[in-house]
Amino acid sequence: MVSRQERQALTEQRREAMAILAMAGGSELLALWKEAGLPEDAKTLRGPETGLVTVRGRMGGGGAPFNFGEATVTRATVKLPSGEVGHAYALGREKMKVRVAALIDALRQKPDFQDQIEEKILAPLRARQTEADAQRRAETAATKVDFFTMVRGED
Amino acid sequence: MYVAVKGGEAAIQNAHRLLADRRRGDRNLPSITLEQIASQLSLAVDRVMSEGSLYDTGLAALAVKQARGDMIEAIFLLRAYRTTLPRFGYTRPVDTAAMLVERRVSATYKDLPGGQLLGPTFDYTHRLLDPELAEDAEPATPEARSEAEEAMPRVSDILANEGLIEEDGSLPEDREPGDITREPPEFPMERDQRLQALSRGDEGFLLALGYSTQRGYGRNHPFAGEIRIGEVEVEIDVPELDFPLTLGRIRVTECQMVNQFKGSKKVPPQFTRGYGLVFGQSERKAMAMSLCDRALRAGELDEDITAPAQDEEFVISHCDNVQATGFVEHLKLPHYVDFQAELGLVRQMRREYEEGQKDKVTMAEAAE
Repeated sequence: MVSRQERQALTEQRREAMAILAMAGGSELLALWKEAGLPEDAKTLRGPETGLVTVRGRMGGGGAPFNFGEATVTRATVKLPSGEVGHAYALGREKMKVRVAALIDALRQKPDFQDQIEEKILAPLRARQTEADAQRRAETAATKVDFFTMVRGED
Repeated sequence: MYVAVKGGEAAIQNAHRLLADRRRGDRNLPSITLEQIASQLSLAVDRVMSEGSLYDTGLAALAVKQARGDMIEAIFLLRAYRTTLPRFGYTRPVDTAAMLVERRVSATYKDLPGGQLLGPTFDYTHRLLDPELAEDAEPATPEARSEAEEAMPRVSDILANEGLIEEDGSLPEDREPGDITREPPEFPMERDQRLQALSRGDEGFLLALGYSTQRGYGRNHPFAGEIRIGEVEVEIDVPELDFPLTLGRIRVTECQMVNQFKGSKKVPPQFTRGYGLVFGQSERKAMAMSLCDRALRAGELDEDITAPAQDEEFVISHCDNVQATGFVEHLKLPHYVDFQAELGLVRQMRREYEEGQKDKVTMAEAAE
């Protein structure tokens, strides 16, 4: 039996992996996928197909929700010969990327592939995303205003 | 009677071929790529995404190229494309407090947690044309400063601690946010529908209306409480998974306008607020939107409605530039039959008028 806590941890790992895949650049992910040499055999249950989601914000930042525009999203669902079903959704229209992300989501559910996927695909993507964010933060931080007070008059 | 007249097919075909040639420009120069448009004319692309109401930089860049840089034409193209795609659902509301901030300034607090971050701004430039840009000189790479990550609470939350500012804005808990792309607009509107219309409204129109409130047509004493630009995560709940899914990140601009308010019978004196949230780096638009949002709350706040910017039906019905351009530009399409009918009518009226004049003369002569 898997305990509730373990199940939550597994869900969180899957959520994080899917987020990393969604945020990865298409060519970046496809290159890592090719290099990892994982099995590609899977049946496509849905897509990859592109559609819209309506993006919501909150009035005042934290108040009642409102719709403020649409964004393109591509999704795919695949099924491995062994039965695992993988899903992927990502902003944009990169169909190859999203199909590969769905394959990875399905393969991750097989214990044999978990370490390989983590090491060869997720870890490098995570590192690049963290680095890119840190770079962006540092560039923004350099434009921070350091106020200083001018002392005028005597004493 | 409706009379169909055919003709002009060859002229139309050749006109479109000519358009393609003129769009291409000088064939001795390389054709501009979508990547170049998206990265070097990124604020044009942002405007097309925001008013086209579709976040997709590649499609918006294509629209800018196809429209030869005509922004409203590009916006029109993007809106038309949108209608061809199926809808997968609504996202969770984005959390702007958790934004990866690229710019954040407040005109109300100098020392606020997280600081004032200027980011890639035109502010404090001298607005002098830069001849160096006419050459291909490469600019220096940006300065970087490593700093410990600091939380950047929204300025409105700081003021809220004192109770001197109204809350973020609420609607009944069980209300499904209105969607003007699904239901035809009816007046009066709720604030959520207005915000949706304003977010995709024409920047120039909203800018002019915002300006009019500053000049005294519905004055409400605004301060830019906070402007922040950066990327927010977009999450969605889908039926096949029991956890919210991250779709990626989008860049947005948020403006919190803080306005003076003397209070009413129901509400004690406090600061009120206007809100702006738009796709991309679109600071002017977000500011104009928040000014208009506040002005349109006049009724809710028991203020006299005296100015155009406070008139909901006027503002919302005219802020959509795709609708506006459609109706204005349709005037140039053939109206031959309509015009023939009007011409006949004016001729008849003129005849009657001239006969009337003649009668007046004869009557005057008879009276003498």
